[in-house]
Amino acid sequence: MGDPPPPNPEAPSQQSSSRRGSQAQAQRRSWDPSQAQAFPEEVQQALLNQQRGSRGSRPSQELRASQTNLRWSQGGNLPEDENLPLYQAEEGIMGGVEYQPSSAGFPLQFQTRTYLDESGIPVEEQTTDLMQQLQHLQQLQQSQGGFFQQLESPVYQDPGANVLGQYSMYQTDDPQFMQNTEHGPYLRDDPALRFSPSEMGFMNFGMEMPEPQPRELAVQNAKAYLLQTSISCDLSLYEHLVNLLTKILNQRPEDPLSILESLNRTTQWEWFHPKMDTLRNDPEMQPTYEMAEKQKALFSRGGGGGGGGGEGEQEMEEEVVETAVPNIMEAAFYFEQAGVGLSSVESFRIFLALKQLVEQQPIHTCRFWGKILGLQRSYLVAEVEFREGEEEAEEEEVEELMEGGEVVEAHGEEEGEEDEEKAVDVIPKPTWKPPPAIPKEDSRTGANKYLYFVCNEPGRPWTRLPHVTPAQIVHARKIKKFFTGHLDAPVISYPPFPGNEANYLRAQIARISAATHISPLGFYQFGEEEGDEEEEGGAGRDSFEENPDFEGIPVLEMVDSLANWVHHMQHILPQGRCTWVNPLQKTEEEEELGEEEEKADEGIEEVEQEVGPPLLTPLSEDAEIMHLSPWTTRLSCTLCPQYSVAVVRSNLWPGAYTYASGKKFENLYIGWGHKYSPDNFNPALPAPIQQEYPSGPEITEMNDPTVEEEQALKAAQEQALAAAEEEEEDEEEDEDEDLED
Amino acid sequence: MDAESLLLSLELASGSGQGLSPDRRASLLTSLLLVKRDYRYDRVLFWGRILGIVADYYIAQGLSEDQLAPRKTLYSLNCTDWSLLPPATEETMAQTAMVKGRFMGDPSHEYEHTEIQKVNEGEKIFEEEVVVQVKEETRLVSIIDQIDQAVAIIPRGALFKTPFGPSNVNRTFEGLSLSEAKKLSSYFHFREAIDLKNKTLLEKADLDPSLDFMDSLEHDIPKGSWSIQMERGNALVVLRSLLWPGLTFYHAPRTKNYGYIYVGTGEKNLDLPFML
Repeated sequence: MGDPPPPNPEAPSQQSSSRRGSQAQAQRRSWDPSQAQAFPEEVQQALLNQQRGSRGSRPSQELRASQTNLRWSQGGNLPEDENLPLYQAEEGIMGGVEYQPSSAGFPLQFQTRTYLDESGIPVEEQTTDLMQQLQHLQQLQQSQGGFFQQLESPVYQDPGANVLGQYSMYQTDDPQFMQNTEHGPYLRDDPALRFSPSEMGFMNFGMEMPEPQPRELAVQNAKAYLLQTSISCDLSLYEHLVNLLTKILNQRPEDPLSILESLNRTTQWEWFHPKMDTLRNDPEMQPTYEMAEKQKALFSRGGGGGGGGGEGEQEMEEEVVETAVPNIMEAAFYFEQAGVGLSSVESFRIFLALKQLVEQQPIHTCRFWGKILGLQRSYLVAEVEFREGEEEAEEEEVEELMEGGEVVEAHGEEEGEEDEEKAVDVIPKPTWKPPPAIPKEDSRTGANKYLYFVCNEPGRPWTRLPHVTPAQIVHARKIKKFFTGHLDAPVISYPPFPGNEANYLRAQIARISAATHISPLGFYQFGEEEGDEEEEGGAGRDSFEENPDFEGIPVLEMVDSLANWVHHMQHILPQGRCTWVNPLQKTEEEEELGEEEEKADEGIEEVEQEVGPPLLTPLSEDAEIMHLSPWTTRLSCTLCPQYSVAVVRSNLWPGAYTYASGKKFENLYIGWGHKYSPDNFNPALPAPIQQEYPSGPEITEMNDPTVEEEQALKAAQEQALAAAEEEEEDEEEDEDEDLED
Repeated sequence: MDAESLLLSLELASGSGQGLSPDRRASLLTSLLLVKRDYRYDRVLFWGRILGIVADYYIAQGLSEDQLAPRKTLYSLNCTDWSLLPPATEETMAQTAMVKGRFMGDPSHEYEHTEIQKVNEGEKIFEEEVVVQVKEETRLVSIIDQIDQAVAIIPRGALFKTPFGPSNVNRTFEGLSLSEAKKLSSYFHFREAIDLKNKTLLEKADLDPSLDFMDSLEHDIPKGSWSIQMERGNALVVLRSLLWPGLTFYHAPRTKNYGYIYVGTGEKNLDLPFML
């Protein structure tokens, strides 16, 4: 906007044009003062008067600015051009000013189009062919950016003649003029605004102009300010307000003032987020839709959906057979009374997911164990028992893999031994032996009594967790780690956990089950006693069955005394198993491999048998945590004790809940899967530094002889040689002498 | 969570497994309404539940017009009668720093611990073992304050700051988009900003001063102390704090529903660095 003000009287009009020109337009403009001079002064003055007489609109100036070359060159056409924008602006905003000669409509469109081109706002008001012509005109003009004269003159002259006539009318017709200014200029009394940055370079031409100018100037300044585009986007306040008002006028909501702000936001948002085609999917929602599809599959009944009327009924009858799926909704209801548990919608989805599991696997009994929260995903855990015989097939596959590994290892060991025997220098054998691995418990016994399946969300496939080994339980007691939600994630810890997250999860599930699965006293009873208790080292009975005569204990009693609850899962010994196994007892395989080493082992002390509390011990005998009882009992609702449910909460494993009501009870765990400890977690210290091999003379390195020593040795050797030769010579001489003699 | 949308909020926050029983919900709905009327609060939030050995505390907070002004905390044992708690001061924080273990559930219970204090007697200074008693109410106050300062969060855009100072609820907040919802930087701590001044000028240039006037979760220490998950098949984003286990924040993307609730024992997880 640094055009120097032309020296002649035409300058003011140029200046005003340029001042009101938009940034974009102004840059493309190029002035031709010489052409300007061709214009009669008087007309110009009249023009300028008229300009200021009306509320000059911004687009009019832009139009004028862009059209400058055209105007100037066209001479007499200028006035009409300037007229038209003025009239047109009024029409655009007022919506129906009387001043609408058909010719005025022409530049109206034109101007609108210009406006559109600049900002791109889809103002829908007037679209005619004329606009396209004008747009073309505009583009040509802009592309050439120069003196674009004769092409458009025919286009212009027709209306031009009329308008010129009008213009003359206008000049003489004061009332019309007044009509233009009916709505008055909107002044803002801020002197700083009068000189917006785009117009800084220009003189205050008001000094040279007649009276009504300051107002119009102010108006035009205001409009220039409004048309500034904001830094972060191409939208200017003016355009936004036009959009907003257009929207309001089109939709005509009731009481627009109260919803003005939300309309404002919506208009802005719509500007930047045009509606996409109906054919394209929203990319963000894709995973949501996929998950919904999977869950929809859950809802379809097995084997082809519900058929028509008759078929449906038949299917209904067939399906009302006992399934292994438990009544999750009932348990969820009772837990909800206690304030625990997932929402009922989620519970229903879990029920459907369990139903799906039961259909896929040969399951005898099934139970929803609970939910373990993880960092990225959570686990839903189901506790199942397979039917007799079904499980062993899968187990064998797993065992074969294990045994294959062992055989390879044994082979390797044998080869190693042979090599060692062949070597001349026998590497000293380490005297350290790893502690014997404690064998894991068989399926269906002890910690491996149940099988566990996990899934991340209902609708996703269920994965089976492997059986837990005692080593894993022992290590799980020493570490405390969050679950990430991915079963194959490694567990990085010290001491290193033997396994990945699936094993750690299984170990924690085993610990939680053993510690917190309780039932009302009398619900389970031992079967008929078989054999002495002294067998198996006094491990006690490990089987129980439901008591058919159980009549339920009143809820109030259950809440009052902890003796009314018993554990029905076996306690896990420090060894990691439920039944104790002497690790020093050799199995047959081990005896074959390590005959030589047996003798060394006999000297080790015997391991004491570990004993834990027997099955069906009441809770009152559980160890306390820092003088606090490890269990908390509550009535679910104090306001109506007669219908309440007894709830027990574990303080040792936060998240473990049990409810009992009448003859029903259920255990549930929802939590992070960690034990509560009042003290901070202390990680295991690293093992002490291993002793170095004792240094004796046979492995001590000797210093290499230095150069002097070597030379001395060499000299000594040579001397010895020389001495030996002399002796020989002497002897020979002696012999010779003897011979000679 | 807002007391006005209590039922929906409880339903959305139920993924952590702890909620409220129907009788508690019913009593909360009525009693919180009365609290709002009596104390003339602009908004009442149901903050959560602290599990004690004998009884549980139900906590609510009342907010005035300015959302970032200090909140008033109330507690109740039965969801019907609410008592105002005193605001937390540094003294209370210092006193309760020594108390460990579970809450008992009895507000007048006193925790005892022995401290070695220096006592001046005349010219001699010798150390004496003093038994300091801390009431459970005081401990409650300081724990709630710590949890609020550390892990109370709101999504970006839910509050906006006016040029005059106070921050207001943004009525045109339409929710975060899915891509934004998975990032930690779209969530702010619901408290006065502490780290904001330490940002470099480059970072500050991209911030919108009317929306970004609180600390975001990105720079929380230790890193990884928040777990972000999508539940219900991507229709709900849940943030759980690992530093104070039991705090759950939920938000349904593209909707206005968001809130947080704390249900837990009221103990900080000091083992967090070992567990990550």
